[in-house]
Amino acid sequence: MKKSIDLPSYLDQSEEVKARFERLKSREVILEVKNLCKDYKTGKGSVTALKNVNFKTHRREFVCVIGPSGCGKSTLIRILAGLESHTSGDVLLDGNPVTGPGRDRGMVFQGYTLFPWLTVKKNVMFGLEMNNMSETQAASEAALWLDMIGLEKFANSYPHELSGGMKQRVAIARALVNQPRILLMDEPFGALDAQSRSKMQSHLLEIWRNVDITVLFITHDLDEAIFLADRILVLKAHPGEVQELIEVPVPRPRGAMQFNSPEFLATKARLDELIHPPVVEQDVEIEVKPHMIRFTNVEDNVE
Amino acid sequence: MNLASWFAVRRELSSKKRMLLSVGSFLLPLLIWCMVSYVPGIWHPMVMISNPGDVDYFQNGMLVDRDAFDEELKNMQSAHKALPKGDPANPIYLPAPHEVAKAFYTGFTTPPQQQDGQWLHESLLHSIKIIFWGFVLSSLIGVPLGILCGTYSAISRLTEPFVEFFRYLPAPAFGALAVAVLGIYDGPKIAIIVIGTLFQQILIIANTTRNLDYALIEAALTLGTNRFKLLFHVILPGILPALYRDQRILLGWAWTYLIVAELIGTSSGITWFITQQARYQHFDNVYAAIIMIGLLGLGGDLILAAIGKRLFRWDRPANKE
Repeated sequence: MKKSIDLPSYLDQSEEVKARFERLKSREVILEVKNLCKDYKTGKGSVTALKNVNFKTHRREFVCVIGPSGCGKSTLIRILAGLESHTSGDVLLDGNPVTGPGRDRGMVFQGYTLFPWLTVKKNVMFGLEMNNMSETQAASEAALWLDMIGLEKFANSYPHELSGGMKQRVAIARALVNQPRILLMDEPFGALDAQSRSKMQSHLLEIWRNVDITVLFITHDLDEAIFLADRILVLKAHPGEVQELIEVPVPRPRGAMQFNSPEFLATKARLDELIHPPVVEQDVEIEVKPHMIRFTNVEDNVE
Repeated sequence: MNLASWFAVRRELSSKKRMLLSVGSFLLPLLIWCMVSYVPGIWHPMVMISNPGDVDYFQNGMLVDRDAFDEELKNMQSAHKALPKGDPANPIYLPAPHEVAKAFYTGFTTPPQQQDGQWLHESLLHSIKIIFWGFVLSSLIGVPLGILCGTYSAISRLTEPFVEFFRYLPAPAFGALAVAVLGIYDGPKIAIIVIGTLFQQILIIANTTRNLDYALIEAALTLGTNRFKLLFHVILPGILPALYRDQRILLGWAWTYLIVAELIGTSSGITWFITQQARYQHFDNVYAAIIMIGLLGLGGDLILAAIGKRLFRWDRPANKE
């Protein structure tokens, strides 16, 4: 809390950033979510997972969705992908309601979902071939994308021969080769170690800069959200509701040194406040109270 | 070599140790068999008469219980007559390893005793033919139906409850019925193998299909795959290695139904050979034939495993096997 005194407000935007947001909002709306609700029926009755979620995403915007566990962020993205139904409200892609999964919404999952029986190249070609593109044409498109993600050398490898980061690169290429309107990413780097994770973040931004794609990215990592996003949709749990849609004041292009910039820290402080509110303690489901007992000699002090 | 390295909990052994132990697993029962057969002090509950002495019903080469022999020996002693002589022996139904080994060879070289009888290799071939057709027919129905059950809940609900019931019905119970419907030759035998295999096959393959990671199906859906293509481009290739392993196990089950199947109608194949040989008390031939069935089964499975390893290079668990 002390820190926030000398930090600028996360609402302050430099002229440059303000102009970027103006331009962003003037682009057409790709995804619109209106009064989205989702109830789960359980044995004890129904549980509300999402309640009145509203937001709009513009073309080539990078949106991160963040929230505490149980806020329904995975449910949200699965509804957007058409993998789950919603109870009420609308999901509109280019103004048309979403009814089921389709190639206009690419998805990258947290788990590795490359088809293990296909080579890397065949994995990337999969979507194109499913949509009746000829094999030669699909192969040439796939080659282009493999080059873009830097895995052309692994074209004929099988997924189990790749590292986690490489697998997710292929998953991104596999989704993007289909030319979706929006790329949905459900904690795609959650299983990676810190180093490959930050590499993948930069790589994803680079792809996003060069491809006409709108990204909706779910994460629970505050730094990741601020580093990647134009805007951050903050959800709260029980029921899942939108708490705030934060416009990230950190200028682009983003780089590792911005992690300590005042805008970055201010945004992070705000996110921290929203996601870990100080009064929430009595709300914790199972209270864990450690009771420390010393098993060592008093004089054997490690600090 | 320390003992701890042999008994580390759930650790892989070195390939040398693995080989050594695998060979040992065959040598150990063979060793026990050799001991029982060749070491006179172990078991040998019978006596092979080498000289009948004055016992009127003893003959040279006759096998008698040791108790009976001892009693006659006592009788002769007290009557001061010529004593019978004999060597400890095992019962006729436990031939020694070398006799069985010889039978392995002579089984193939001995012409059939009956005029219309079959040579051993003809019997074996006939058995393999029965297994083959039984398994192929069962798979033609069981594999597609199993996959459909694992894919569509509606088909699963419509099929599986009845299949669950039917698989508890012992296949041999249908023997008489199969003969009435299909005649006395190969038809009912194949039918028994189909009945014995099919119902398990449907359930096992349905389960294998359900075990396919659902995330792969979701990924395919978000890539614009339609339902029809999903079956042939995701589900089928995804389960193929597991399906192949299932089929290997099911083929083993088909073998276990072989003997029962071949007793139905006119006895045929390796079972006919075994029952004939047992009737003439040629137990060395019986053992040789039983071991042959085992070798055929194991050999076939090893070949299939090797083929599977080549076919599914992308499947890591299979390659580890």
